[in-house]
Amino acid sequence: MSTLTLYMQYIVNGLTLGAIYSLIALGYTMVYGILKFINFAHGDILMVGAFIGLLIYNGLTGGEAADPGAWTLIAFFIAMIISMIACALLGMLIERIAYKPLRNANRLAPLLSAIGVSFILSNGAAWIFGTQSRRFPYPFNNEPIHIGAITITPHQIVVIVVSVIMMVLLTSFVSKTRMGKAMRAASLDQSTSMLMGINVNRVISLTFAIGSALAAVGGILASFDFRVYPSMGTMTGLKAFVAAVIGGIGNIQGAMIGGVLLGILEAVGAPLLHIPNGMRDTVAFAVLIIVLLVKPDGILGKNEREKV
Amino acid sequence: MGEILKIDNISVSYGNIRALSDVSMTVSEGDIVSLIGANGAGKSTLLKAIVGLEPLKAGHIEFAGETICQSKHHASLTTDLIAKRGIALVPEGRHVFADMTVEENLDMGAFMVRDSDLIARRKEDMYDLFPILGARKKQKTRSLSGGEQQMMAIARALMSAPRLLLLDEPGLGLAPLIVQDIFNKIKLINEENKVTVFLVEQNARLALRSSSYGYVLENGKIVLQDSGEALLNNERVQKAYLGA
Repeated sequence: MSTLTLYMQYIVNGLTLGAIYSLIALGYTMVYGILKFINFAHGDILMVGAFIGLLIYNGLTGGEAADPGAWTLIAFFIAMIISMIACALLGMLIERIAYKPLRNANRLAPLLSAIGVSFILSNGAAWIFGTQSRRFPYPFNNEPIHIGAITITPHQIVVIVVSVIMMVLLTSFVSKTRMGKAMRAASLDQSTSMLMGINVNRVISLTFAIGSALAAVGGILASFDFRVYPSMGTMTGLKAFVAAVIGGIGNIQGAMIGGVLLGILEAVGAPLLHIPNGMRDTVAFAVLIIVLLVKPDGILGKNEREKV
Repeated sequence: MGEILKIDNISVSYGNIRALSDVSMTVSEGDIVSLIGANGAGKSTLLKAIVGLEPLKAGHIEFAGETICQSKHHASLTTDLIAKRGIALVPEGRHVFADMTVEENLDMGAFMVRDSDLIARRKEDMYDLFPILGARKKQKTRSLSGGEQQMMAIARALMSAPRLLLLDEPGLGLAPLIVQDIFNKIKLINEENKVTVFLVEQNARLALRSSSYGYVLENGKIVLQDSGEALLNNERVQKAYLGA
């Protein structure tokens, strides 16, 4: 295999990984856009989403024993949608209980509360499901497809297609619909949006719901490669946060670009720099440091200081 | 005509600093009423208190006969509910949604309107009133000049067809000709759309000329009130605010 096709293969792999980062990064960025607050429990929501998806999928199909076919694929999407709804509700509930009462408190308070929620979710999952990791069976025949010298698996295609659909839906929601525009308005100027009659509390709830639903999708898609276990959200969540910062935190397009970019840099950068597999995560954080030094506001971040 | 807005003995504080003390005033339906005063007199605070953005320490505010704000915070309406009652504020410094287009800004102004035909009609009305906005409807608002942004902010407020329009320093930082133009539009809106206008302005002469009634605010207290014309001829007003 020539070096060029090898790297093209890495890019395809990176694109898959990046799509997952993007989906999760969106939740960080949307919440930050409105509340100027990093929801550190977001990574654990993706873990909850993966568990719910796995349990429902296994319940519907019998899990590993099931032969992949039309029914397993349908069951997979049913499981994904139910998991999205459940995580949306969970996200709204967490906001209501753990963040809303602290909205006028010291800025550190909601941050600490988020870290607390993160521990509650991951320890709660360990308590209920145990700490061993579980495999999410492929709901389709994951026979690799060869296109020229490049190999792409049906799993990668599903990840990319589902991610693109989610991002297109989100983009048209925020640019076309009344509530979507209200969401953008609230992130631009909260008190002026209230003057327009926008109920900002409802907009914030909706933001958590959408972000958490996208995290559920990200969690399920990630679990094919990385399995399902209580602390699975920590590293993936952290990297998605890095992706959001790289793209420009608070910016929806930025999160999409940042995620894909981080995925590709990680998949291409590690072999290029001869970084051993166990240290691949270094790439993400090295990129973060470089971005923070060179362009602190991220790729699409506004070059303006925080409004007072 | 009846009173549409009644402010009864309100006080507002920032920490230990009293921004408004025992302010009472009324605005009659259909009028243009102005509040003049120096920088820091508490003018913006008063407007923010009316829309529920500043909590009251004492007193209460009635709109169309119903209490909307009072010192018991939980009994006051939130800002979005006050907007629903029919009060629109054009805030100081315009606060347009800079990353949104002119048209999207108008859509936000019509957030409470559910009828899309009505929204489309009102947008056309706004483009008739401010033709420059029609020409720029697809542009990001940040690319507009200060005067255009002010028109945009007023048009956005009118999209909800408010009964009471509050304007905070509509002339701030704009060239005299543009300020005059904006005041002409305000009068037109008042006459044609039957919108009651309560405005706060540092340009006292222009404000009082356009108003049927006026109040003078100094250090958080109302010190004078009279018809616009009488205030223009008042010696104290002339000395302090008209540079005579």
